[in-house]
Amino acid sequence: MSKEKFTTLVSHAVPLPMENVDTDQIIPARFLKATTREGFGNNLFRDWRYNANGTPVNDFVLNDPKYTGKILIAGKNFGCGSSREHAAWAIHDYGFRVVISSFFADIFKNNALNNGLLPVVVSDAFLKSLFDAVMTNPATMITVDLEDQMVAVNGQYEEFDINLYKKTCMLNGYDDIDYLLSISKDVRAFDLAHP
Amino acid sequence: MGVGPKTIFEKIWDSHVVKRAEGYPDALFIDRHFIHEVTSPQAFDGLRNRGIGVFNTKRTTATADHNVPTKDQHLPIREALSRHQVETLRKNCKEFGVELYDLGHPFQGIVHIIGPELGLTLPGMAIVCGDSHTSTHGAFGNIAFGIGTSEVEQVLATQCILQYKPKTMKIEINGTLGKGVVSKDIILYIISQLSASGATGYFLEYAGEAIRSLSMEARMTICNMSIEMGARGGLIAPDETTFNYIKGRKFAPQGADFDREVEEWKKLRSDDGAKYDFEVKFKAEDIAPMITYGTNPGMGMRVTDRIPTIQELKEISEQGSFKKSLEYMGLEPGSQLLGKSVDYVFIGSCTNARIEDLRMVASMVKGKQKAPGVEVWVVPGSKQVEEQAKKEGLDKIFEAAGFELRSPGCSACLGMNEDKVPAGKYCISTSNRNFEGRQGPRSRTFLASPLSAAAAAITGKVTDVRELV
Repeated sequence: MSKEKFTTLVSHAVPLPMENVDTDQIIPARFLKATTREGFGNNLFRDWRYNANGTPVNDFVLNDPKYTGKILIAGKNFGCGSSREHAAWAIHDYGFRVVISSFFADIFKNNALNNGLLPVVVSDAFLKSLFDAVMTNPATMITVDLEDQMVAVNGQYEEFDINLYKKTCMLNGYDDIDYLLSISKDVRAFDLAHP
Repeated sequence: MGVGPKTIFEKIWDSHVVKRAEGYPDALFIDRHFIHEVTSPQAFDGLRNRGIGVFNTKRTTATADHNVPTKDQHLPIREALSRHQVETLRKNCKEFGVELYDLGHPFQGIVHIIGPELGLTLPGMAIVCGDSHTSTHGAFGNIAFGIGTSEVEQVLATQCILQYKPKTMKIEINGTLGKGVVSKDIILYIISQLSASGATGYFLEYAGEAIRSLSMEARMTICNMSIEMGARGGLIAPDETTFNYIKGRKFAPQGADFDREVEEWKKLRSDDGAKYDFEVKFKAEDIAPMITYGTNPGMGMRVTDRIPTIQELKEISEQGSFKKSLEYMGLEPGSQLLGKSVDYVFIGSCTNARIEDLRMVASMVKGKQKAPGVEVWVVPGSKQVEEQAKKEGLDKIFEAAGFELRSPGCSACLGMNEDKVPAGKYCISTSNRNFEGRQGPRSRTFLASPLSAAAAAITGKVTDVRELV
């Protein structure tokens, strides 16, 4: 099944300089009751974004009109906690296509890659440069080039790692099931041999 | 797949690789797949869109747990969205031929509690579930880890998952546990030492005499929280304790089959000289009753310690998150938690809602009363745990103490149903996460053992349980 393809993105970015942002913050459990993948963006960072009475928290970055764009920059260990894929869906549904951090939790990283949301791991130093650049000048443009595995800001750049298989999937919009279905004969034989 | 000494993890992993191809992650065969109402509906939709069925329905088991009420389970679910989600699970299981232990079924319960108690969870298996606490099953000596919904669809469709082999870490606990120190304290201690991200990218093996001395249920509590350090999973090599627990369970091999399997399971141990990517040792004597003070499970301490000051943090980059965390919790850096009043006590979740946990609580509260103004919820992990508790008369002890015994579900561990801790209130909880809002919007959580939670229920305060036992 083909998914959205990703090649290069040039965009403004939204800075969220918090560490250990867990998936309960990204999308609280009480909003996991839907049975489809759409619409979770409305409740992205719900309890940081809105007060208890439903009014927006003015100083939260998503409510700050000077920050826009399809790139979210976040502190280390982003996406820790629950395995809820709804976290990746919410970020994607809100309009982000890239999350940049110095460290991602494993399950979140897989979930993001499975949903056309590119997790980009940069060094602590480069992450700081990105935060500084965007927070000093919100009009800063950031380039994320998946083909060349490079992220650039204000003439500075850094290469990032991504495994070749996942990269190919993102570039072409493939998913894992296409590959696994192609080996289903082997799987059937394995299943029979291991009752 | 390599010669020479192997870890138990490598033995199990290698025996499940269906296909290993250059440039691809391993295609890993999954023996057992557990599903529940929250992370499966979109996966079933995916199967429908592709026009395919479930690869092998015998390997998939469903239950309703995350989003179910813990009161009046015999009545239709009141909340419309929750009701729809559980009904969708029913419809999907029926359409695709998957066994469902629905509300009211004698086997219903939290997915990680029913797997082991039914004998569906066995040594040497590869097990997945769309829930990060799938690591619980590792207590039996298997590879068990949590997955996202796209991966749930993958496993339903193909009985395989594409995965890169994680690194291995051995965590050894030697020595003897002190009075009032239980397995929850061991794991909270380990997490406080390694941090909430310290094991990311690793699969853990817990070893050492302090681990060996634990019952199966206590071992499950340890493996359950592996994810709270970022690990994919954590396991304990099986031994006689494991085999005795499994023997006679509903879906476990029986008779001669069981004996034959035990001989195979005995081979599931790390060879002498097997290499790990990282090894760490702790002393059981250094562990005391633990409690968390912050908003991730790594922010834990001995109950008699004081909260660190900003200056005591290891990394400057942590300062912002640390300050925000303590502000959220309404606590001062450098202060003590001992004696702090609590409003709620939650005894439940896949971490600590098995019969031994309930017995532990009952032994502490028998003949005593909860402190005035404290609300105490005891939510058993499964119908079988609930029935057993009643058979042993624990329900009477709880009732006399003023505790409320509910019906099984995930409940206030994640506050998806009505069981929420109100904004600003403090809850001492036997669950696994103290994240902001985890137990309800703006709720404040102290993670602790069932013993410590029971002690707080009686005194109304954070208490050093060693003073009561």
